[in-house]
Amino acid sequence: MDELIIAGKAYSSRLLIGTGKYKDFDETRRAVEESGAQIVTVAIRRTNIGQNAGEPSLLDAVPPSQYTYLPNTAGCYSADDAIRTLRLARELLDGHDLVKLEVLGDPKTLYPNVVETLKAAEVLVKDGFKVMVYTSDDPIIAKQLEEIGCVAVMPLASLIGSGMGILNPWNLQIIIDNAKVPVIVDAGVGTASDAAIAMELGCDGVLMNTAIAGAGNPVLMASAMKKAVQAGREAFLAGRMPKKLYSASPSSPTTGMIGK
Amino acid sequence: MVECNPTFLTAILKAMQLTVNGTPHSFEQNPNLSQLLETLNLTGKRLAVERNGEIVPRSQFGETVLTDGDQLEIVVAVGGG
Repeated sequence: MDELIIAGKAYSSRLLIGTGKYKDFDETRRAVEESGAQIVTVAIRRTNIGQNAGEPSLLDAVPPSQYTYLPNTAGCYSADDAIRTLRLARELLDGHDLVKLEVLGDPKTLYPNVVETLKAAEVLVKDGFKVMVYTSDDPIIAKQLEEIGCVAVMPLASLIGSGMGILNPWNLQIIIDNAKVPVIVDAGVGTASDAAIAMELGCDGVLMNTAIAGAGNPVLMASAMKKAVQAGREAFLAGRMPKKLYSASPSSPTTGMIGK
Repeated sequence: MVECNPTFLTAILKAMQLTVNGTPHSFEQNPNLSQLLETLNLTGKRLAVERNGEIVPRSQFGETVLTDGDQLEIVVAVGGG
């Protein structure tokens, strides 16, 4: 069985999805179900004071008993804020220690601040967290994050929420070739072919949110992404034929042609 | 002569101030954390609390008596990527 192993735990799905930006919790639930994802990211935010006790919650739509929650540090611009957020998340989720670290550097591009990310990763790993880390597609930083003890490195394909696809497959390839932990493309996937390309490169998984939630029909796109990730993975495992530039090769027999 | 307007009286009576998620809240007596959550209609919700930068484990909500000037962050899980 071809499973994704993260921090010693096996997952049959290589598609990880975010739970933000959906129309309502029902759409979130249907998209998550259709995607087949087992790991879902969640954000940690201040609760609304004075809200109705019976107000629907993400935890009802996507129960943590059925899915592996991956609390993130989205919106954090310093190592300290990210560390605080994940300590709260661990308390919130009863000691759950698998987390997504992201430290941003710029509100316009949401580009990661790798200096703060490295600092936060050091502290969190020492504190017992299993850190899946969002980073740039810099192979040296990815390797350093692995050496610190992160359980997965998650380079961007392109900017968060941009849907621009994989802009630098060569850097991703270097990261994949050098990594001993799972490499998961996180951010920038726009449509199914982007996810398939990531998997064909040899990524261990793909994490996305906006590509599904921002689609015209999010539930149908969730289904497309599930298939794209599976197809890309199978193509990678099968090993593609070599590209033969300017050299055609017929698929049908060259002998036995009529009239000759 | 000091004018005794209702706001002034309330300020004296509710002498204890907490900041919860960035907003000030006044109390007459020092509540413990469980009592605060009840006042805020948050009892039974899945949440985590940080008091003055330190996590308060859920098991200690009842015995954590809040004091004037405490800064509290109360967080939940929400949809996000």
